[in-house]
Amino acid sequence: MSNSKFTAGVIPEMKRDYIHRLASKGTRIDGRNFDEIRPLEIVKGYAKRAEGSAIVRLGRTKVLVGVKIEVGTPFPDTPNMGILTTNAELAPLASPTFEPGPPGEEAIELARVVDRGIREGHAIDLEKLVIEEGEKVWIVFIDIHILDYDGNLFDASGYGALAALTDAVVPASRYELGDDFKLPVLHYPVPVTFAKIGNWIVADPNLDEESIASARLTVTTNEEGHINAMQKGLGGTFTYEEVQKVINMSMNIGAKVREIILGDSDGKED
Amino acid sequence: MGIKSDIRLIDDNGLRIDGRLPNQLRPIKMEVGVLDRADGSAYIEWGGNKIMAAVYGPREAYPKHVQEAEKAIIRARYSMAPFSVDERKRPGPDRRAVELSKVISEALESVIFVEKYPRTSIDVYIEVLQADAGTRVAGITAASLALADAGIPMRDLVVGCAVGKIDGVVVLDLNKEEDNYGEADVPMAILPRTREIALLQMDGDMTYEELTGAIEMAMEAAQTIHKMQIEALKRKYVEVE
Repeated sequence: MSNSKFTAGVIPEMKRDYIHRLASKGTRIDGRNFDEIRPLEIVKGYAKRAEGSAIVRLGRTKVLVGVKIEVGTPFPDTPNMGILTTNAELAPLASPTFEPGPPGEEAIELARVVDRGIREGHAIDLEKLVIEEGEKVWIVFIDIHILDYDGNLFDASGYGALAALTDAVVPASRYELGDDFKLPVLHYPVPVTFAKIGNWIVADPNLDEESIASARLTVTTNEEGHINAMQKGLGGTFTYEEVQKVINMSMNIGAKVREIILGDSDGKED
Repeated sequence: MGIKSDIRLIDDNGLRIDGRLPNQLRPIKMEVGVLDRADGSAYIEWGGNKIMAAVYGPREAYPKHVQEAEKAIIRARYSMAPFSVDERKRPGPDRRAVELSKVISEALESVIFVEKYPRTSIDVYIEVLQADAGTRVAGITAASLALADAGIPMRDLVVGCAVGKIDGVVVLDLNKEEDNYGEADVPMAILPRTREIALLQMDGDMTYEELTGAIEMAMEAAQTIHKMQIEALKRKYVEVE
């Protein structure tokens, strides 16, 4: 719903006019091109108690994703597969509009959209996470912690989740199940989110842009150029031509982001 | 998506397990004004789905802090009856229902003249009584009829329709088996008059050509479903005369 916590208060009409006026001249409130994302920085291995982690800065949005891996029982309908579960916390320290308490619909949608990209994109090889068929499997918990909210949590969280998975080690020795091993990562699905502002479409909207956008579309693509997940949001619409354009832009931007995620910056600053 | 199996979903003649062609819808039946208390209501049978939608409002929005000074808020609630699926579903919203309620609310908001009713809510209740894949899109189709029945001013009806990919073939309107064992599912909501897209989700694995082909297929089907919606609306008001 549009009265959501995502729209951080009432943006004055003046700002809306300003953003529209800039768009008509082909630019944006922070000087970016329409298809340009904010500076992206990813540091892996930030949280040492986690099996894998990554801290993501996308402009002024900051997200920390931790992966914990534990032993558990498989679901009855998938006895020969490990389990993936994704959760998101909009921590109240991240924005004056986030409140403590159980996850609201924004947090649930965020977690499910990130989960869909990772799951449908087969980012991790769940079949390699079976300890004893039908009895014991590895459960991979992806926990997304929003630390500073300046728009586009879908992408910052998606990048953090994928980076944290590539950083993760399955703690087999802790359970006396042999040697630790790297979490088997198969594919690299990357989400890119676009906002529709007036009749313009911009990539990676910041908070100001998000709060006046009429519609939002997230497209997750993998390294083969296949589409794995999509999610449209907000109360406006897209034309078919706009959707085609967004998918193409998502593939192009996604390819660049994938290189940053795979680039090795493993937090060796300590 | 993606449960691996050896089940063949398309036979040598190119037909699906229920005998349909790739671009063929399941049988659909709609009825408007099926509930007495609601301001508007509709019932839809779509393949094995049986879904009821009711609209209350515009009415003063509660709690007060959710009111918006310049428009009505649209609150759709998607809910599955515990007996609507094989394994009993615990009552109350799960995470899936919360997400679907959100995207359905947003899709319906795109057609309603919300600025006409500041400080109110328009509440849309979608109850899935029997589920057979494609419940959200069937629910949206019924909800849009219920909104029309409630006399809410809208710039178009909304048509829900899913497309997807099974055995490497792009198909319209997945059934339960196709949804479970297929390779991709693309639920959509379309404004038939302008062909705008009000809801678009996707999960699975598709190439650009497959996905755009699927979206075009859904656009065509939306025109067919739209005609059924108009017929259903006319039927109610013809009977009243």
